[in-house]
Amino acid sequence: MTTTPEIRAALPDLPCDDAGPVFKAPWEAQAFAMALALHERGAFNWKEWARELAAVIAELKARGDPDTGEDYYRHWLTALERIATRKGLVTGEVLQARCEQWAQAARETPHGQPIELRR
Amino acid sequence: MNEKAPNAGHRHEHDDAADHDHGDGGSELSEMDLRVRALESLLVEKGYVDPQALDILIETYETKVGPHNGARVVAKAWTDPEFKRWLLTDASAAIASLGYTGRQGEHMVALENTPQVHNMVVCTLCSCYPWPVLGLPPVWYKSAPYRSRAVIDPRGVMAEFGVRLPDSVEVRVWDSTAEIRYLVLPERPAQTEGWSEAQLATLVTRDSMIGTGLPATPSDIVQRAS
Repeated sequence: MTTTPEIRAALPDLPCDDAGPVFKAPWEAQAFAMALALHERGAFNWKEWARELAAVIAELKARGDPDTGEDYYRHWLTALERIATRKGLVTGEVLQARCEQWAQAARETPHGQPIELRR
Repeated sequence: MNEKAPNAGHRHEHDDAADHDHGDGGSELSEMDLRVRALESLLVEKGYVDPQALDILIETYETKVGPHNGARVVAKAWTDPEFKRWLLTDASAAIASLGYTGRQGEHMVALENTPQVHNMVVCTLCSCYPWPVLGLPPVWYKSAPYRSRAVIDPRGVMAEFGVRLPDSVEVRVWDSTAEIRYLVLPERPAQTEGWSEAQLATLVTRDSMIGTGLPATPSDIVQRAS
């Protein structure tokens, strides 16, 4: 990834090994890729992104979150939801409603079948 | 819903991939999965992100997801006959003994590759896929065309990935159920006599543990280094 050195400079706490970013779960990689894709189309720059993410982490710290790095991508996703909302790409209400639609779709999907939203 | 016993793992012969026995329960997504799917589906619908571009990005990192503990399990089975016997008779317990535990009720079954039999796992659509053990499934692996083709023509699919098996080798294709997840125990590569478990683990690829590939060989490692 050509953008990786730039990201790592902006985000020194990004979980990485020698070869680049590492993830503990599939959703973490998806959240990471979404931020990368939005950045590539110019939705925000890495400085803005670092500020958004730092704000999320600072809020949680203020509430007594130990910030062990375990939840890095949980914070990442929160920051992504916020920046997408701030930039007018989605609204909080629509996002919430869509979460519920997915939960509903999951409940109605027999195990092992791809979970899809009904249109 | 079909009439099969919900607990029975099953082996595909040449039946259709749609015949998919997963018990009667619905699926479940974690809170984080839901939030990711919600945001992603909205951004895709509005044209802010291209789903194919996302897949390509994820593909770049797919081997970097999850702890890939399976490599250690396989390497131990290659060096420790007692552990191998245990793994093949009670994979859940053998894997748990190394400290890798999945969610409750998750039942792992290890499938041994031999000179006569090659195993391949196809169901990676959902939580069936034991990614903490195997790492993230490849993006292409989740596609419906791949799934049905893997069942109908496993040799053809493997050949596309550069794996050619002699005709004498029987290919078995396995599909997970809600209760059973599979780990393929590949054959130990030749010329690895005297290798330590840690060295052997470096040869175990994700693809070799789902049966769409073979482990790396000592010469692959030399090539990689140079």
